[in-house]
Amino acid sequence: MKVGIIGIGIAGFRTTTPELSWKELTYEAAAKAYKDAGVDPRKDVKAFVTCAEDYWEGFGIFDEFTPDQIGGALRPVCTICGDGIHGLATGFMQIQTGLVDVVAVEAHSKISDLLTYEGVVQHALDPIWNKPLRGHPFYVAGLEMNAFLRASGNTEKHCAAVVEKNRNNAMRNGIAAYGANVDLNDILTSEKAFDPLKKLDISGLADGAVVLVLASDVAAKKLKRKPVWIRGVGWANDSPSLETREWETAKYAELAAQMAYRLAKVKNPAREIDFAEVDDKFSYKELQHLESLGLAKKGQAGKMTANGDTALDGKFPVNASGGSLGCGDVVEASGLHRVAEVALQLRGDSGKRQLDGVKVGIAQSWRGIPSTSGAVAIMGVNQ
Amino acid sequence: MRKVAVIGAGMTLFRRRLMETPKELCFEASRMALDSAGIEMKDVDAVISGSAPDGFDGVHMKGEYYSDGCGAYGKPYMRVFVGGGTGVFSAISGWYHIASGLADIALIVNEEKMSSCMPHPQSVFAYIWDPILDRPLKPNLVWIFAMEMNRYMTVHKIKKEDIALVAVKNKRNAVDHPCAQLADPNITVEDVLNSEVLAWPVQRLDISPPSDGAAALVMASEDAVKRLHVETPVWMKGVGWCIDSTMWTDRDLYFPEYVASAAKMAYKMAKIDNPRKQIDFAEPYDPFDYKELHHMEGLLLCKKGEAPILTREGVTQRDGDLPTCPSGGLLGVGNPIAATMGVKIGELYWQLSGQAGKRQIPHEIKTGVTNAWGDLMQYGAVAVMGV
Repeated sequence: MKVGIIGIGIAGFRTTTPELSWKELTYEAAAKAYKDAGVDPRKDVKAFVTCAEDYWEGFGIFDEFTPDQIGGALRPVCTICGDGIHGLATGFMQIQTGLVDVVAVEAHSKISDLLTYEGVVQHALDPIWNKPLRGHPFYVAGLEMNAFLRASGNTEKHCAAVVEKNRNNAMRNGIAAYGANVDLNDILTSEKAFDPLKKLDISGLADGAVVLVLASDVAAKKLKRKPVWIRGVGWANDSPSLETREWETAKYAELAAQMAYRLAKVKNPAREIDFAEVDDKFSYKELQHLESLGLAKKGQAGKMTANGDTALDGKFPVNASGGSLGCGDVVEASGLHRVAEVALQLRGDSGKRQLDGVKVGIAQSWRGIPSTSGAVAIMGVNQ
Repeated sequence: MRKVAVIGAGMTLFRRRLMETPKELCFEASRMALDSAGIEMKDVDAVISGSAPDGFDGVHMKGEYYSDGCGAYGKPYMRVFVGGGTGVFSAISGWYHIASGLADIALIVNEEKMSSCMPHPQSVFAYIWDPILDRPLKPNLVWIFAMEMNRYMTVHKIKKEDIALVAVKNKRNAVDHPCAQLADPNITVEDVLNSEVLAWPVQRLDISPPSDGAAALVMASEDAVKRLHVETPVWMKGVGWCIDSTMWTDRDLYFPEYVASAAKMAYKMAKIDNPRKQIDFAEPYDPFDYKELHHMEGLLLCKKGEAPILTREGVTQRDGDLPTCPSGGLLGVGNPIAATMGVKIGELYWQLSGQAGKRQIPHEIKTGVTNAWGDLMQYGAVAVMGV
């Protein structure tokens, strides 16, 4: 059975949305997605998936608050404590069983409500071994960037080229919260943060919501929609402990991609895939992820970026949306946003940042510091 | 649709305070489930976990934190969280991982450690309310369940004595469960009626205790069942899940419509049109004694208001016509929220595969149903299992 995306809805992204609740943001994205898909959520959508974590939301049991704004009251709804691509994979599996044929997947960020971001991320560290060391947990990213750059031969300048590209790409994206005409010098001379990370290497936080409507091939036909097909999904975890995990490569991305490539029957990803939306919550992560996904040779992702190969008009455009650096880090909605971008590109609906002649795209997510959880989705216009 | 079976299960002791960390609890339950299925982690394609509020542990993204205890290192891993419904929903997640064809063998691990939360886990439940409409009233869970129990009793004119019979039955059944926390062979209806009043009509012995514990399952596709020569696979015949509106104040609490909706979904898949006749035994979610009755009705095992009568007549005893909570349930074995998978899905597996030991239902059984319930009296997750 084939599963495709038939509806896309995005609300936001903005650094703060004081006039809206998370329910209203999600409602806006859901209404747009259902309109795009031409479905009535109370009738046509058979199951709903939300991606959320209690601490991001400030609730004891966030699942309670999921149904109403997406039309899911008295319907099958579930919450996944994962990124939007984990949610996409859940919807994909639920349809593949044959039990349901249309699923809505939702992820959102109302991170501006959170007064203690640093404290919450600190609480994700091992409570016995790591949290007592204190300090802003982004030191983990600084350490990892150092390990990655040393092992791969990529440089801080290459990382700055990622930031320059993504924030400039975001200038062409109406939803982006952090589009800016920054150059290499601005980035390299920005304030030191978690050495070697500098302030502009780190994505800013944003509020927003993304809703996608998935459908089986039969349901899509019945609804008279031309889907973007999900050809493969994959997800994986590396060790959660700082002491035993892989630091130089993104093992979780490598394993997740292997699963997705197997399902999508992709043998040579760099050749068979036309463009990518990969996680870039930190600038070096884009390079590390490109190499772990097999889209760049080991140690070459930085040079590709500096050469302009990953630019909008390059051989292999990466993060045409502007990525998290340009659009904002929308926590668990990050992956779903990138899936939405790949689908928009494949439909030819990306406006000023539209890529020419793209047929197959990949989206990848990472759940952020200190996790080693990642997910991948491969989409195409042909079945 | 690909067939999916439970082929192994394990659970730790359920206790008020355990010394093990969440990772260790996950490890113990996983190890038991793998041993019971006769497989190793290398045979497992995907790991699913379930756990309730992160606030209990004070660990953000706690599913990531304890993932290595579940053996999820280097594996596809996903945590589901539907409040108290997680005890059954994570098994539903295991089902769709396999039924979709994406995995052949899955390990499902549910863990809960409520004792880390000081002074009492109820303090986390202060943060589960609508911040504008509910929270200023400073409600707690016992308070709203008292409203639900009261409404149920009022509509059907049910006496407290009849509801107390459920607590007595389950705490006595739990005597035969090796993991039980609150088993009591001598408990009587008078004990329940004389226990401390918490929020009328809820008294202390009407409620299951907060607990620590973990439970795990191994699930497999039909191919894997054949390949591994599993002698007593127990098949997932039907699954259903449903959430009602967040606005719990807007519905009549006397009947759980969302449980009925999930049950209908599961029965349709299992091709069951007369549950009372086609279901041999049940493990309805029983964090409170009235909830067992409420859920028997929600699961369409009897008419509305009829569950107390069946209980009084002994129909729901282990040797009755419709054994209900033969495990001892949450009331007797304990209520480590997500880990109650061990007394719900786990009990269905052990009973249907004939491994329930002293708890084994004495007559022949072929099909069982279970549910888990949670959130703001709004979540229903239902599974039908059979041989």
